[in-house]
Amino acid sequence: MNIHEFQAKQLFRDYLIPVPESMVVTTAADAVVAAQTLAGDSWAIKAQVHAGGRGKVGGVKIAKTAEEASQYTAAMLGQRLVTKQTDATGLPINSVLVEKTSPIKREFYLSLLVDRHEEKLCFIASAAGGMDIEAVAEESPEKIISVFIHPAAGLQFYQCREIAFALSLQGEQIKALHDVMSGMINLLVDKDASQIEINPLVEIADDSIVALDAKINFDDNALALHKDIIALRDTEQEDEKENKAKQFDLSYITLNGNIGCMVNGAGLAMATMDLVKLKGGTPANFLDVGGGTTTEKVTEAFKLIVSDKNVQAVLVNIFGGIVHCDVIAQGILDALKQIQTDLPVIVRLEGTHAEEGRALLQGVAPNIIAADNLDHAAEQAVSLAGARL
Amino acid sequence: MSILVDQNTKVICQGFTGKQGTFHARQALAYGTKLVAGVTPGRGGSDHLGLPVYNTVRQAYTVTQADASVIYVPPFFAADAILEAVDAGIKLIICITEGIPVLHMLRVKAAMAETDALLIGPNCPGIITPEACKIGIMPGSIHMPGGIGIVSRSGTLTYEAVHQTTNQGLGQSTCVGIGGDPIHGMNFIDVISRFQADEQTQGIIMVGEIGGSEEEEAAEYIKKHVTKPVVGYITGLTAPAGKRMGHAGAIVTGGKGTAEGKVAALKAAGVEVVNSPSNMGIAMQQLIANG
Repeated sequence: MNIHEFQAKQLFRDYLIPVPESMVVTTAADAVVAAQTLAGDSWAIKAQVHAGGRGKVGGVKIAKTAEEASQYTAAMLGQRLVTKQTDATGLPINSVLVEKTSPIKREFYLSLLVDRHEEKLCFIASAAGGMDIEAVAEESPEKIISVFIHPAAGLQFYQCREIAFALSLQGEQIKALHDVMSGMINLLVDKDASQIEINPLVEIADDSIVALDAKINFDDNALALHKDIIALRDTEQEDEKENKAKQFDLSYITLNGNIGCMVNGAGLAMATMDLVKLKGGTPANFLDVGGGTTTEKVTEAFKLIVSDKNVQAVLVNIFGGIVHCDVIAQGILDALKQIQTDLPVIVRLEGTHAEEGRALLQGVAPNIIAADNLDHAAEQAVSLAGARL
Repeated sequence: MSILVDQNTKVICQGFTGKQGTFHARQALAYGTKLVAGVTPGRGGSDHLGLPVYNTVRQAYTVTQADASVIYVPPFFAADAILEAVDAGIKLIICITEGIPVLHMLRVKAAMAETDALLIGPNCPGIITPEACKIGIMPGSIHMPGGIGIVSRSGTLTYEAVHQTTNQGLGQSTCVGIGGDPIHGMNFIDVISRFQADEQTQGIIMVGEIGGSEEEEAAEYIKKHVTKPVVGYITGLTAPAGKRMGHAGAIVTGGKGTAEGKVAALKAAGVEVVNSPSNMGIAMQQLIANG
């Protein structure tokens, strides 16, 4: 789960990680009040959306007067921001952060994440702050410093020194960096975050260190342990269909193609998408109906797929293990009773109760097609979808 | 022979009296697995499915000297269950549970580094040696004793590989689902090295997916140490970067862990990489026929 910058910065304050003074507003009038309250001579007006790359597309403006703060805020609120990290429709700007600007001397990059190879927490730092860290890693990997935290020993001061000296920090700044890094670890561990990113971390005129941006991702598997974090969820920043799917305990991801996929198992669901591509089509979604599925879940999954206007054919691919194929077939039949559709539905059933499942679907409607194997099923889905365009 | 489990493997079940534990323990017993006891805290002293229930893994282990434990407990209790099994002296632990917080698994792995216990999973279908020992949630009926070792990060794709090798008449020596989580127990190399050393195993099918670098590391290992034919299949070519594809571990981040990279690494190691999940069995059949 993602949260907004203003929420992440509040968590930073709770963990004594220095951030600029700021106020979050939802009206232009409040932006004026915020600018006046914060004082200073300029303010960053930052669109609050769950995506990076805001600066390049007008999602961050510098206001030199309270009036400008109001104008920029009014121009952002109610709009959708499209960045390189969003899809073409972008994300809604429902709030704006008014933040006192900082007299920046230097910009750094600092993040903390779970490194799956080392099976440890890992800090990643770079003197090339404010830039796309993936591009830095690609072009000049020597500018990236990684420090692994031993789970029993925890963060050691020498590890902070390693990063501090690499960033040419000195004196009191080393202690300040230690405080930032300690805060990040405590926050990550307390709240089951999976990643905390500060890009940029800045050195300002008085030599202190401040987190100018804040991005936190949380481990979905641990959310139920953290009611305070769940309360930060902003569903308007999330895909509506993906959230609907979660209500029914389905794993669904929206894609751009026109062949809807309903599959059991995450691996087989990805494989089905890949096979659609291999046969010349494009998948409309990833959908895993899960192991312990029921006819109701299958019905909801089917309705969800068909609700995507781009979908021209539905490919059902089930390898029945715990899931019985006749349960899947019944779910499809129930869905077809609730929604009228003439979309071709190509069904491949294999494994437990496959024959019973096929028998249920036999002759039900001309658009329900039983496929004898997976490759044929994908080929049929692609050709039938193509024929409808 | 097989790897890790055979007809003599004595198994206990943690979360034995729960819905999942009961369902799959019954299936395992029907398959012929030597399930000898179960553990459910607070239910010790009772019987379930005709087997004794113990309060702790230590009690169960002391009485049964079990070789393996299978875990069906809810995600927030799973790390505790794994470490209880390790502490009791169980040498092979299979955790089926999906949805364990990643920080819980970090602690488990750090604690396990000091022991010689092996962990399979979590978020996996388990392990099976056909007609000898089924530990996990896979459908027993599709398996057939034979010569192909299967290792996979995905449950249903393991079943595809099993089904195809059965249809080809090849059968399986042992099938290991290593699970879809980013931090997990045995990896591809741990399993493939055992297949290489196993006399019964004539060929190896490995099923990988986007995320992490274990397939690339396995490719390096195969290049140097594996003389048996290997068929590979990698999913996630069409998965958008930065999105978790169902499995917690199936995500491309920072341009790392792509399907293209894994396919290229495996091909460079001489692995026969198929581009359709339907072709795993036939590709293995051809490799073996061509000697």
